[in-house]
Amino acid sequence: MQRVVTSAPARVRVRARVAGNEPIGRYTLLRLERGELEPGTPGQFFMLEAPGRLLPRPFSLCLAPPGELGFLLEAIGPGTRALAALAPGDEIHVLGPLGRGFDLDVARPLLVGGGIGMAPLPFLSEQLGAPPAVLGFRTAEHAVAASLVPNARVVLEPTLVTAAIPADPGDILACGPEPMLEAIRRLQPGAQLAWEAPMACGYGACYGCVVEIDGHYERLCLAGPVLRA
Amino acid sequence: MSSVPLLNASGCLDALAAPDVTRSLDAFVTKTITPLPREGNEPPRIAETPCGMLNSIGLQGPGLEVFVAESLPRLAALGVPLWVSVGGFSAADFTAVCEALDDRAEVATIELNLSCPNVDEAPESSAQLVAAARRVTSKPLYAKLSPATWDITEGARAVQAAGADGLSLVNTIRGLALDPATLRPRLARGAGGYSGPALRPIALACVYACARAVDLPIVGMGGVAAGGDALDLVAVGATAVALGTVLFADPGAPARIRVELEAEAAARGFDRASDARGVASETQDLQEFLTA
Repeated sequence: MQRVVTSAPARVRVRARVAGNEPIGRYTLLRLERGELEPGTPGQFFMLEAPGRLLPRPFSLCLAPPGELGFLLEAIGPGTRALAALAPGDEIHVLGPLGRGFDLDVARPLLVGGGIGMAPLPFLSEQLGAPPAVLGFRTAEHAVAASLVPNARVVLEPTLVTAAIPADPGDILACGPEPMLEAIRRLQPGAQLAWEAPMACGYGACYGCVVEIDGHYERLCLAGPVLRA
Repeated sequence: MSSVPLLNASGCLDALAAPDVTRSLDAFVTKTITPLPREGNEPPRIAETPCGMLNSIGLQGPGLEVFVAESLPRLAALGVPLWVSVGGFSAADFTAVCEALDDRAEVATIELNLSCPNVDEAPESSAQLVAAARRVTSKPLYAKLSPATWDITEGARAVQAAGADGLSLVNTIRGLALDPATLRPRLARGAGGYSGPALRPIALACVYACARAVDLPIVGMGGVAAGGDALDLVAVGATAVALGTVLFADPGAPARIRVELEAEAAARGFDRASDARGVASETQDLQEFLTA
C-alpha cells in the first residue's frame, strides 16, 4: 500500500460542546459545536475524549454542517457507550483534524462503505458532489444510516458489498471492515482505502496503530488512515 | 520553565511529529535507540484497561546509524535539550550506541533503558550495563529501572556504584489483558507494559525508597496526569518529572501540568515546587508534635 498525498491543516485541541446526539438506526450521530476546529479533508479523523476513560477514541468526520462537526459511532464498548450517552451542552476534549484523508482529485468516484465504516462517506460525498455509492450493512436497522449518503445502493447481509460493485467501478474510495478492504484491494489496485487500528494518541506519539506498508510497520495515524491499495 | 523540569517519558512522544509539544518540555527524551533498526512487535500493540493501558511496541526504531545521520540533526534543531534513550540486548549493544553518541554535542544526557518489559533482556545485570556504558562515554548517564522488583534500592545502589549519574524511575510494569469474548490476550505479544494512573503509587514508592537510599538526581514518572501527581513525586524526592501516558490523551499536558504544579505547591506554602523536594521523608519535628 502507498501513502495518499493530501494537505494537512494544523491540529488543535479544544473543549467542544455537544450540540446534539441522536440515534440513526443502530448508530448514533454525535454533533459537536465546531468552535476553532477545522473539518479538514474527508477521511481525516479526530480524537474524541470518552468521558471516564483514560484514552480518547479516533473517529473520522461524518458531516460538517455549518458551525458543527458530526461523528457517526456505534456504541459497542465502554468508550463508544460513554460518547453515545452525552447530552446536549456536555463538553468533551477534541483533537484534530488528524492524519491524511482521501485524495479528492478523482475522475469517476465510487464510494464503498461497510457497516459503521460508512462514517466518513457522507462528508466525502458532499465534497465530491454526490457520486454513486454502494453501502453494505448487517441488518435493515443498521442500514438506516445510509440515508446520510445520497445516490447510495444498499445491500444487506448475506449479500457482500463487493458483489454490488459494478464491473466498471471507476475510482473506488472505501471504508469498512478489513475483509471488505482486502477484497477491494484485490479488485482495484490503487483504490483509496480508509483503515482502522487501535490508537492511543492519534498524533504519532504512541506507535500503537502500526500497519504494514511496503514491508515495514508504519503508524496509521500519520501515514493514513487513507492508503492506496 | 518551572522549578521542577518536565520531560516526556521515553517512547511517549515523537518530537519530529509533534514539535509544538516537544517545545513545551524542558528536555526531550527519545524513543529507545538500539544498534540495529527494529520493526517492533506485531499489532495489536495497545489496550486500554480500567485503570491504565498496556503497550507492547517492542522498541520500534530506525537503529543507530539512521538515528545519528537523520534524526539527531533534526532533533537538535528543535532547540530543546536532548536526552537519548539507549537500549539493547547485550552490554556490547549499549556500548556501541553510547560510544557513537559520546562526541555528539547535540546529546545532553543518555538514559539507559535497562527495563523494557516488551523485549528480551540483556544477560548482564543493570550495574554491568551501566559500567559498560560508563567506560565509553562521559555524558551524564541516567539508569531507567523497573518497578518490578522486591527492593528497588538494591538496583539503585548498584547502578550508582557502577557510575550512573541519575535515576529514571519508573518504567512500565508487565501486565496482561484478555479479550472478554475470546479469553485470548488483547495484545499480539500477550503481556505488555502497564502504565497510567495505576502506576502512580508504585512509582511513588520506588522514588521514595531510592531517594533515601542513594544520593542521585531522580526523574520521577508513572501515571502523572495533573500537577498534584507531579508534586507528589517531588515530595518523595524526584528532581524532575516525566510525563508518559497522559501525553497520549492530552498533548497540552506539559504546559497545563507546569502551571498546576506550581499552583499546588503554592497552595501548600512553598515558594516554588522544587522546595517541596523530599518533604515526604522529613521526620516531624518532635517539639512541634508534642505542643500541637
